[in-house]
Amino acid sequence: MIRTDVPPPADVQVGLADVMLWGVLPYVVLAVLILGSIWRYRYDQFGWTTRSSQLYESRLLRIASPLFHFGILAVIVGHFVGLVIPKTWMDAIAINEDRYHFFALSVGSIAGFATLVGIVLLIYRRRTTGPVFMATTRNDKVMYIFLLAAILAGLATTVFSVFDAGIVNYRDTVSPWFRSIFIFQPDIAAMTAASLSFKIHTLWGLALFALWPFTRLVHAFTAPLQYLFRPYIVYRSRGRRPVPGAAAPRRGWAPVGTPDRNRRGITRD
Amino acid sequence: MRIMAQTAMVMALDKCIGCHTCSVTCKQAWTNRAGTEYVWFNNVETRPGQGYPRRYEDQEKWKGGWELNSRGKLKLKAGGRLAKLFGIFASPVQPELDDYYEPWTYDYENLINAPAGNDFPVAKPKSLITGQDMKIQWSANWDDDLGGSARTELSDPVLEKMRREAEEKVKLEFDSTFMFYLPRICEHCLNPSCMASCPSGAIYKREEDGIVLVDQDRCRGWRQCVTGCPYKKMYFNHRSGKAEKCTFCYPRIEVGLPTVCAETCVGRLRYIGIFLYDADRVTAAASVPDEKDLYEAQLDLMMDPNDPEVIAAARAEGIPEDWLEAARRSPVYALAKTFRVALPLHPEYRTMPMVWYVPPLSPIVDVLNEQGHDGESADNLFGAIDALRIPVEYLAELFTAGDTDLVTGVLRKLAAMRAYMRNITLGDAPDEQVAADVGMTGEQITAMYRLMAIAKYEERYVIPSAHLEDAHNLEEIGCSLDVEGGPGMGQTGVFGEASGKPMPVAVENFAALQARQRGDDPTGNGDLGGRVNLLNWDGRGSPKGLFPADGNRGEPGTTGGTQPGDSGSGLGAGYDQAEGDGPDRQGGDR
Repeated sequence: MIRTDVPPPADVQVGLADVMLWGVLPYVVLAVLILGSIWRYRYDQFGWTTRSSQLYESRLLRIASPLFHFGILAVIVGHFVGLVIPKTWMDAIAINEDRYHFFALSVGSIAGFATLVGIVLLIYRRRTTGPVFMATTRNDKVMYIFLLAAILAGLATTVFSVFDAGIVNYRDTVSPWFRSIFIFQPDIAAMTAASLSFKIHTLWGLALFALWPFTRLVHAFTAPLQYLFRPYIVYRSRGRRPVPGAAAPRRGWAPVGTPDRNRRGITRD
Repeated sequence: MRIMAQTAMVMALDKCIGCHTCSVTCKQAWTNRAGTEYVWFNNVETRPGQGYPRRYEDQEKWKGGWELNSRGKLKLKAGGRLAKLFGIFASPVQPELDDYYEPWTYDYENLINAPAGNDFPVAKPKSLITGQDMKIQWSANWDDDLGGSARTELSDPVLEKMRREAEEKVKLEFDSTFMFYLPRICEHCLNPSCMASCPSGAIYKREEDGIVLVDQDRCRGWRQCVTGCPYKKMYFNHRSGKAEKCTFCYPRIEVGLPTVCAETCVGRLRYIGIFLYDADRVTAAASVPDEKDLYEAQLDLMMDPNDPEVIAAARAEGIPEDWLEAARRSPVYALAKTFRVALPLHPEYRTMPMVWYVPPLSPIVDVLNEQGHDGESADNLFGAIDALRIPVEYLAELFTAGDTDLVTGVLRKLAAMRAYMRNITLGDAPDEQVAADVGMTGEQITAMYRLMAIAKYEERYVIPSAHLEDAHNLEEIGCSLDVEGGPGMGQTGVFGEASGKPMPVAVENFAALQARQRGDDPTGNGDLGGRVNLLNWDGRGSPKGLFPADGNRGEPGTTGGTQPGDSGSGLGAGYDQAEGDGPDRQGGDR
């Protein structure tokens, strides 16, 4: 049986490095992620796109892209369950430690493996298909390195936790620390007690999040869920400023005058 | 009733000579950029033919447009909202570059840099996508003029459908081939399926003029619109990762100028005007069960701009008076509804397209002429329209969802116009019976003739400009004094010529183009007060002030070889002669 219920060591030495990594860095990353995304949304609407390469090649993409994207969506759901929902809540709905880990490992492995196969295929496609490679920017390459590394590190934690009996249960270490970040009481000791593989995965993840607003990954933030609810036909008046939240024109560039419809007191959206 | 205005176009296909001037000027104006090499907002197809992208009309494959679901409601052919979202990671039905073509350029440098040798250096084609050498196999008008040949016969989805329905008959009769040209731009539909497919809601229809645009800031590159548009007039810019489409040259339309494709059309076959339509009934009209009723349903949405009720409703919606006036003079309304000769392209896609076509009579006239018959006699034409099933059926598949009666009706009107006007031209009495045969009066035929054959610029393009209160929202902000006759005219600031604020391009173009199109003086130099703007001079004629006035020569004290009154020598005099003697010709008495 997989040993996953090793309790965290009782006496944890929290050093300066631990404080910086698990007490300070998460807030720096959060600030970069949030402010960076807001900044990008306000000032780079035109660059905010998936930059799809389907036009160049679609045979491989048709398999690899859904594999990766659906895989990573499942992985995100898995992370949510593991990190955000406290152990006690799961116990309350009769999902005990063993059952939880059975689901986490089985479903998580499949999703993680699909994600890995997907991204490896996508990178292979990107490298070997001439037009796609030519359309790959340096920014993309850096992003791929961090994304792939985070996925690999994540899968590694799964593998280690299966075969290494000494791995500390992340639900007692990483998860409480993660939740504590958002109440501004970072539980540095809990994270310090986590096993090395989890620490590495967490750090790669933080790096990826810091990079996120400045890469094409931002397209995930505008996942078009509103499509399910909006009317099919969109009317828009010539005079209106298009994207809510986008920056207003700079001083001196603001449009002058009154749109004729508004002048007549007729407003329609 | 909710009245909205729609800028629309009609193309009279008989007049199209397939010169591609529209495509080229459009490309130069709009898609002459990296990422849009394969993008043709305007293209001209030879029909029968595959079209661009290849076989785009095969909706069983491309899933464009709308269809009715089992409950009779409109639904996107490519699937509902959830299906669209699930297909977002790799759009399931999507034309690839091969369905368009791989854009290329030529290695011209080799022509100059190649070392001396026995062979002529060649400029090899280089792919604009990969930068590598490539073999050119296809492009936007590759099957130009191949209409009806065995090659296109096999690949035209419309012919394929006809052949499926009629089996051998078509194949045999098809030996007598026909062809015509079909210029295509975005249809600026009333019920656009690209817009409905867009997950981000980036595609919108402008309330004021109905032009369908992609908000480049809001587009996230999900590519669903490319699938959604049955005309495949949505293009993916592979550099910017955004969708782009024909803009109906909205910056020009806003200042009352026709689109680039229309302005440069050699055959003068394009008409631009506005419709007033009832926006409340669009969905119902697009949902009529029988495809063959779609044309009538669409026509029914176009409201009579002379109807007081419509005018009142339009005013209530805030449509300005000059727009109502333009709607009354609209050439597109006249062709589509008054004369009923303009038909929508593929109404069966249920998008309510707003670019209409007058189907060509030429395939029928050509056959008559080839067989030695009189191609302008009403009897011959009427007989041939009924007898030549293939062209009529083909046109019906394009314009009326297969209803040949409608196409026949239009062709008979065109034939009647030909015959009726020939009598007048030949000095005979007009044959009112010909007009009556197609349910028109001689007066109506003459009016239609004037609009379609004389086709004056002012009658082809009745474009109300964007409203004055809105002028400052146009794409360039200019000083209101910088217009013709204003103190800012001619870009002359306090430091002399070309100083001061730059002239906004739209205003400059508008003034200059209007002067050039309508005035006698092609350079419009009357306003410059004796000076010449050489940058505006296109080489035609000699603008005033280019050469010293003749009067100078006669003045006492002037030196030089030219004798007073010697109008036969000197370059300036020669130009004057070439121009002809106008009332404003500068003489020695000035």
